[in-house]
Amino acid sequence: MARKSRTQPSRDRELLRQMLRIRRFEERCVELYSGEKIRGFMHLYIGEEAVAAGVCHALTPEDTVVSTYREHGHALARGVPAKTIMAEMYGRVSGTSRGRGGSMHIFDAARRFYGGNAIVGGGLPLAVGLALADKLLERPRVTACFFGEGAMAEGEFHECLNLASLWRLPVLFACENNQYAMGTALARSQAETDLALRAAAYDVAAWPVDGMDARAVADAAGKACEAVRAGAGPHFLELRTYRFRAHSMYDPDRYRDKAEIEQWKHRDPLDVIELPGPETAELEKEIAQELDEAIDFAERAPLEPVEELTRFVYSEV
Amino acid sequence: MTTYREAMREAISEALLADERVFLMGEDVGMYGGCFAVSLGLLEKFGPERVRDTPLSESAFVGAGIGAAMGGMRPIVEIMTVNFSLLALDQILNNAATILHMSGGQFNVPLVIRMTTGAGRQLAAQHSHSLEGWYAHIPGLRILAPATVADARWMLAPALADPDPVLIFEHGSLYNVPGEPGTEKVDIVSAAVRRPGRDVTLLAYGGTLHKALSAAEELAGGGIEAEVVDLRVLRPLDEASIVASVAKTHRAVIVDEGWRSGSLSAEIAARLADRAFYELDAPVERVCTAEVPIPYARHMEEAALPQVPAVVEAARRAVSS
Repeated sequence: MARKSRTQPSRDRELLRQMLRIRRFEERCVELYSGEKIRGFMHLYIGEEAVAAGVCHALTPEDTVVSTYREHGHALARGVPAKTIMAEMYGRVSGTSRGRGGSMHIFDAARRFYGGNAIVGGGLPLAVGLALADKLLERPRVTACFFGEGAMAEGEFHECLNLASLWRLPVLFACENNQYAMGTALARSQAETDLALRAAAYDVAAWPVDGMDARAVADAAGKACEAVRAGAGPHFLELRTYRFRAHSMYDPDRYRDKAEIEQWKHRDPLDVIELPGPETAELEKEIAQELDEAIDFAERAPLEPVEELTRFVYSEV
Repeated sequence: MTTYREAMREAISEALLADERVFLMGEDVGMYGGCFAVSLGLLEKFGPERVRDTPLSESAFVGAGIGAAMGGMRPIVEIMTVNFSLLALDQILNNAATILHMSGGQFNVPLVIRMTTGAGRQLAAQHSHSLEGWYAHIPGLRILAPATVADARWMLAPALADPDPVLIFEHGSLYNVPGEPGTEKVDIVSAAVRRPGRDVTLLAYGGTLHKALSAAEELAGGGIEAEVVDLRVLRPLDEASIVASVAKTHRAVIVDEGWRSGSLSAEIAARLADRAFYELDAPVERVCTAEVPIPYARHMEEAALPQVPAVVEAARRAVSS
């Protein structure tokens, strides 16, 4: 495949660039949230950046992404412009979803980004269906479906793994195991904590990956996507990661040991990749400018006229 | 002459022939021939890719239908009964009905979901409910209730051509009903006057249409000419046709197999109060299912459901007041 011709240094730079974009974007979001520019539920991805950067690196523009409510990272790594995501957070008509979705519902048809789904597990059937359409229409695409380990307690996970495997559909199930379903630790809510083992029970190729190392994620996702594209059926990756921040802006985070958080922060995905010389500083500068422009765009973006409230309940034909 | 079941099968067969993107998916639609034998023979004709048996996973295969529709296909998803559709309610409400608006108009969901509804076959509470009124509550969906053989034959094509999710509710007692499908295409927008009249309007749909028509016959024997309006489209409601009929007869009886509280009949009564208050010469009457889960025993089931004598009585009450 073409992307194998990339040299490792340029891959490292791209992975770090995406992770830095996500981290800095969300740090700005925290400030804007405190300033009440952004409202509603907002779930931060800080600490999990290697997962989005690594998985999206393995995808082509023709592939499909189905996401969750913690999707800023997925959207950014997928190439959705920071400015339209930011405008969405501001509730402006220039946002990815005209301000109708907010932080949890970013959609971008041009980037084949099929949305933030705020129902845990709710995106899995969509991914199965999108992959079914690809199979029936003989399009060599992969549908990458992100979901958290909490979704593995939902019936939809089991229904969908069974269906995808039964019909050998081209889905990459990307399970972000950040250890906590909101405030409930994996072992406190699910009987079998070996997630790959559970996926494998549906005859799905599955393995665990260090989700704090973007290179490891990109390698695993690349290998899985290659197999999926070759017709080997769905694959499942358990991406072991950790969110450094609370579940949402409302979460007082009383359920986690501070020492545990600090321990994971020693494995910050941003520290795993080191670039030579001043390259990181250059990236930081470039990203700071991109985000300044994104915030400026969102600040200036118009609101949708209230007269348009009932548009798009049904299609305009 | 054909039957409602055969008319529906003919419609599906025609859709599969007409468009490569169409496929039928659901529990037992293939090898078994469909739980109600609607898809009998279609597997042999079209093969397992296009007449696709699914596991007992309502949420996954309905959601997969939504995803496939977003991916460029035109799926017809069959759910055995409305009671089972509740297992897929998350996908229907939170995704199918919502994604177009939530995505700011970027992604439409051209999906058709068919399911049976209604009671009358002694199947007890978990196979007999009429919940189409719940679905008619949801913006973003179009809800159809074909009551005639012609509607069973001709509503599917426009439903498939609709860019948005369409749910078709087939009353379980209708499959054996004989009739002429005719050749005239139908729309999925308007209600239909099934019998003209001047004294009272009977508003019915799906399984209750035939009861309303029988009641109208009986009323005609007593000199009362009832107009029978088949709602056909439960969302968006054809309010103009409902109001027009009541403006003519000045009396309304709604026959709804849903429970009275919070039902479609309640919505229609409210709209009549809102839009036709000065046209009404009598309070709006409602004949609905008793507020109980549908029982198995025949006499109890019959007592729970709207029946012809109750419709006749309600109409006489309206006319005499």
